[in-house]
Amino acid sequence: MSKILVCIKRVVDYNVRIRVKPDGSGVITDNVKMGINPFDEIALEEALRLKERGVASEVVVVSIGPAETQQQLRTALAMGADRALLVEHAYAIEPLTAARVFLKLVEKEAPLLVITGKQAIDDDNGQTGQMLAALWDRPQACFASKVEINGNIAKVTREVDAGLETLELDLPAVITTDLRLNEPRYVKLPEIMKAKKKPLETLTLDALGITASKQFNVTKVTPPPVKQKGVMVKDVTELVATLKQMGSL
Amino acid sequence: MNKILVIAEHMAGVVNTSTHKSVACALLIPDAEVDVAVLAADDKAAMHAAKLAGVKSVINVTRNEFTEFVASTAAPAIAELAANYTHVFAPSTTFGKDVLPRVAALLGVGQLSDIMIVNGSHSFVRPIYAGNALVHIDADPAKKLLATVRIASFQPVTETGDATIETANITASLPTHTRFVERSSADNAGPDLQSATRVVSGGRALGSAENFQLIYKLAKQLGAAVGASRAAVDAGYAANDLQVGQTGKIIAPDLYIAVGISGAIQHLTGIKDARTIVAINKDSEAPIFEVADIGLVGDLFTLLPELQKQLGG
Repeated sequence: MSKILVCIKRVVDYNVRIRVKPDGSGVITDNVKMGINPFDEIALEEALRLKERGVASEVVVVSIGPAETQQQLRTALAMGADRALLVEHAYAIEPLTAARVFLKLVEKEAPLLVITGKQAIDDDNGQTGQMLAALWDRPQACFASKVEINGNIAKVTREVDAGLETLELDLPAVITTDLRLNEPRYVKLPEIMKAKKKPLETLTLDALGITASKQFNVTKVTPPPVKQKGVMVKDVTELVATLKQMGSL
Repeated sequence: MNKILVIAEHMAGVVNTSTHKSVACALLIPDAEVDVAVLAADDKAAMHAAKLAGVKSVINVTRNEFTEFVASTAAPAIAELAANYTHVFAPSTTFGKDVLPRVAALLGVGQLSDIMIVNGSHSFVRPIYAGNALVHIDADPAKKLLATVRIASFQPVTETGDATIETANITASLPTHTRFVERSSADNAGPDLQSATRVVSGGRALGSAENFQLIYKLAKQLGAAVGASRAAVDAGYAANDLQVGQTGKIIAPDLYIAVGISGAIQHLTGIKDARTIVAINKDSEAPIFEVADIGLVGDLFTLLPELQKQLGG
């Protein structure tokens, strides 16, 4: 039977309103609530459902990040992943480095499928899955809204700008998830207790023989331009008049 | 001299406006020569691409494998074409987001996502955290620069050009492990959401797919495209390709009318560049009013018919 590898990222919780540091060196992340990137949570849920359907026998959840990322991996284990791997690294890395790290884990674990989110909601890059697929020389299906596995073939429906597109992939392959693929389950307390006993292995970039590459140097981070406060109108007549006055109608 | 290759997005022989906008972004690179690559089964899209103003050459690759564009299949071909260029750009649409990171990894380089502002040949601004922060980036000039272009940030080039069309042959072997099966589009009459000058969007407050027809009616009257919030799409009121926001479409119409949309930050990031934002919502505390140029508090089921009546006169 086969294995599914799920790549997750620890990010600022999606409900947090981000503020830029006054000195322009980044965004404020101290004492901010952290969580699993929502798209990655969907990826994990899909892997768990595939396992429940008997398509896979094991779900391995992997991440790259600071030691605190163990919290998110424990949550993933509580959701139902069988074991976890953390490649500990204190600093942000570029997606190409992340893909190289995940390739090492793929080579180690030989999964049938890798599932990850289509993008992380912190840097909004949306690259790691595709890069991993390229380095691994395997098919990719991005922005998945439906996944069917039949033997060694996956049929994946993707949300694209023109509507929905279906691809057929020879496995192994990489799938990145979109919002409507599923709704992740809630974690129950007994599962959290059980998850504490599940294996969580820690590795380092060094141990994997990877050096973080750096192509993009962030010189500063700035807040977006502030929009001028708009006007409130009392009724439809005033709305139409205002629109005409602004030249919008 | 910077040599930039823009990967054309096209369908049924027609080049998508996202390509025109990506070319516009590429032309902002100092001392640049801009070519457009067209990977297709025939010459039609290449002929169209040759009209894009500012383009020097269209690099035309015709192969049966490109009848339907599949990123896994096309990436090695694009990587091969990239050899002659300092920069490779693609629109930050599902087309470009899918294929370009794969090309970058094949070339052993990184990729920049969503260029908003060009400050130099290797100096750019891009959004992070759903546009709640902007990062200023200097890319290593020694490396080939691959980037997707945030199309809402650029005006399309005109179709007044006359580029030469060059035929390119690809020697890379193209994988067959990923196969196109089908594509289905919701029947969206009216203008295309991503290039429309007016957009009317509906949210969860519409309450049903049937009520969502109110949005279609108003849009039709205004010659506008129809959009939707994530909540409306999740609830099944509207098709997925209508979703506007961080993970849907990022749009920049002249007029955006948000009806019954509360305005989650993920939605607001998709409409930031709209020139005029109108919000109609019964909750005066809804965050949509913080970004709206014109706000109207009230029940959409009363206000929409009234608005239609007044516009119809």
